[in-house]
Amino acid sequence: MTKLSVDEIAQIEQPLPGAPNNWKRFFSFSTDHKVIGIQYLVTSFFFFLVGGIFAMIIRGELITPEADLLDRAVYNAMFTMHGTVMLFLWTFPSLVGLSNYLVPLMIGAKDMAFPRLNAAAFWMVPVFGVILMASFLVPGGPSQSGWWAYPPVSLQNPTGNLINGQVLWMLAVAISGVSSIMGAVNFVTTIARMRAPGMTWFRMPVFVWTVFAAQIIQLFGLPALTAGAVMLLFDLTVGTSFFDPAKGGDPVLFQHFFWFYSHPAVYVIILPIFGIFSEIFPVYARKPLFGYKVVAISSLIITGLSGIVWVHHMFASGTPGWMRMVFMATTMLISVPTGIKVFAWVATIWGGKLRLNTPMLFALGGLVMFVFAGVTGIMLASVPFDIHVNNTYFVVGHFHYVIYGAVVMGMYAALYHWFPKMTGRMYSEGLGKLHFVLTFMGTNLNFFPMHPLGLQGMPRRVASYDPEFAFWNVVASLGAFLLGMSTLPFILNMIGSWVQGEAAPKNPWRAIGLEWLVSSPPTVENYEELPIVVAEPYGYGKTEPLVANPDRLEVAHESH
Amino acid sequence: MNPIEVNPSLNAKVPTDHTTDLHPSTEHHHDEAGNSMFGFIVFLLSESVIFLSFFTGYIVYKTNALDWLPPGVTGLETREPAINTVVLVSSSFVIYIAERFLHVKQLWGFRLFWLLTMAMGSYFLYGQAVEWRSLSFGFTDGVFGGTFYLLTGFHGLHVLTGILLQAIMLVRSFIPGNYDRGEFGVAATSLFWHFVDVIWIILFVLIYLWQ
Ligand code: HEM
Repeated sequence: MTKLSVDEIAQIEQPLPGAPNNWKRFFSFSTDHKVIGIQYLVTSFFFFLVGGIFAMIIRGELITPEADLLDRAVYNAMFTMHGTVMLFLWTFPSLVGLSNYLVPLMIGAKDMAFPRLNAAAFWMVPVFGVILMASFLVPGGPSQSGWWAYPPVSLQNPTGNLINGQVLWMLAVAISGVSSIMGAVNFVTTIARMRAPGMTWFRMPVFVWTVFAAQIIQLFGLPALTAGAVMLLFDLTVGTSFFDPAKGGDPVLFQHFFWFYSHPAVYVIILPIFGIFSEIFPVYARKPLFGYKVVAISSLIITGLSGIVWVHHMFASGTPGWMRMVFMATTMLISVPTGIKVFAWVATIWGGKLRLNTPMLFALGGLVMFVFAGVTGIMLASVPFDIHVNNTYFVVGHFHYVIYGAVVMGMYAALYHWFPKMTGRMYSEGLGKLHFVLTFMGTNLNFFPMHPLGLQGMPRRVASYDPEFAFWNVVASLGAFLLGMSTLPFILNMIGSWVQGEAAPKNPWRAIGLEWLVSSPPTVENYEELPIVVAEPYGYGKTEPLVANPDRLEVAHESH
Repeated sequence: MNPIEVNPSLNAKVPTDHTTDLHPSTEHHHDEAGNSMFGFIVFLLSESVIFLSFFTGYIVYKTNALDWLPPGVTGLETREPAINTVVLVSSSFVIYIAERFLHVKQLWGFRLFWLLTMAMGSYFLYGQAVEWRSLSFGFTDGVFGGTFYLLTGFHGLHVLTGILLQAIMLVRSFIPGNYDRGEFGVAATSLFWHFVDVIWIILFVLIYLWQ
């Protein structure tokens, strides 16, 4: 141990890449959660475009009934890679990135509990991204078995090579799993143990609650998928017979492993989006969140229930009748805590002084489409209906309404809302609104037609179809291209505003929350002095302060 | 400003109290060893789900498979594995004694019992290897062969990891003053060892006793 003066400490703790305005730190092994958060976000949005290009190719193929654009094998690879990239390289990393940025700020911590683990988890993302993309270069091309990789399809290995698209796919998903577990351990520890003085559980913003609930799902769900994936990998590479029916294996067991994680995984995705809605509506309606405690607790109820619904993906997989009944009931049950949240948001907005800027528009649009997805979700939960539309475009339409309608919209809302905080600059409201209009129209044009198509019986995962389905498919494809265009104003806005937007004040939205009490962007340490929280969140229209020491959270930085 | 103490290496494992020193008004103790232990327990809970999944798979296969045992195999020998089990389970008590020694700062007692734990773990792995070599079926012989080697192998990998961790802790005990600021590494290794033991007991019951 050495004796150092305070000035020297400042130098150690703010090494060269530390200054908030230095862009080089985004390309370094930084351990600052804010840098890591933005690294996650930028990386994931790069892959959002990649997955989007695959989607454009899919929709390009489907604009005519014949399979004329692509070879069928390439089409299979396209939907597999589209689903995989979108889930493992866009959805998870972008949500983890946002949570990384916000959670320590929102609970009044200087960083995550394990900063180096955090950085290591992030740097695995580009690694498995490259591995997954490399599968385009191996003989036989990428995996074609869909994002579920169900055996025996995934066990075929037609080229006979050891390094094939399917093996690379599993490797990528495995690394993604390790990275997610590392992240989950970090988040749970941070939220449980790093809260500022006075930040009790029931003073945490709902976003923190939802991240906590979501990360618990990662912890109990992912290992099951890992177990299944390890067994599948052995089947594929060394010739064991776990899932190979020809050798006495049980392919349905893989489906159980897969969905035991991958169904809860949709709650890993949607819960933080619920959190975003719960943060944004109060700010722009100028009212406290309706039923804060109930909304917070229902996140944990969703976590619990999410572990017992997975078989609803397997109603058509020869599941016994009693199992179908049980899982139909649990699936309908989980819509209760979800419905509670929807009511809470509507009640929050109700009679508020609405301010319809870009984040609020995205949040409102997201809420509307989420409700629609919820309706089709309840329909799918009912066994007789599901047997009818299983593996049709109805399902594809349903989950894209969740994922585009709610998750992408919610993510955009969050990016606009916290953009001033993250970059210290204001975005362009005009471009933002244009982006919203294009996205909202595109989403509905693209994904609504999938519902009538599914009801008429158009199967998913096909490159050609009966001409009777042509009309709705043309509409869907045009909507998809509109969605493709919608990313242009977004990219322009993000990059342009970051470079030359107006400087943002601490709290441009007059929002209530710890992150809005410090400068935009916050300093490396977030808080010079930890906030002492004295009130519940969302105190809109009330006079009590949020923290006891608002003026001492930061020192003047000009000195160094 | 007052000169204060910081750890120049900024080693995250060591609790650095400079934040509280700088601002005595915020009485918030930043307990990094406590965080690490908490995080490690969370990780172990998660890890146990992998074993749970394998166990579930095993039970499903055993109760449903048409041809469970490969042709020519009648069952597993239980005598040697039972001895192995006794050795592994008792090592959990030995490692506990080692920890107590460390707690009262008796380094040699700690090293002795720690080394004994490692020896018992290694004996277990050796016994496992001997058993594997004597078996007439392999990894690819049906779901029985598959799950048998998967479970014992995955568990063996954890035993090996435990022994490696123990070796690191043993070496670190020779660094002067290494355990003065807390024993997180030792406590975590020992917890991991108990975990590996409990898993083995379940595994032994499932594979060897329930035939
Ligand atoms: C421009 C936006 C998008 C378009 C036009 C689009 C289009 C499609 C289409 C047409 C399919 C069905 C392919 C088939 O079954 O033959 C599909 C599948 C899928 N999409 Fe999207 N999608 C978009 C965005 C997203 C996003 C943001 C996600 C986020 C997770 C996503 C996840 C998936 C998944 C998981 C599948 C299933 C893949 C499989 O069957 O294995 N999509 N998409």
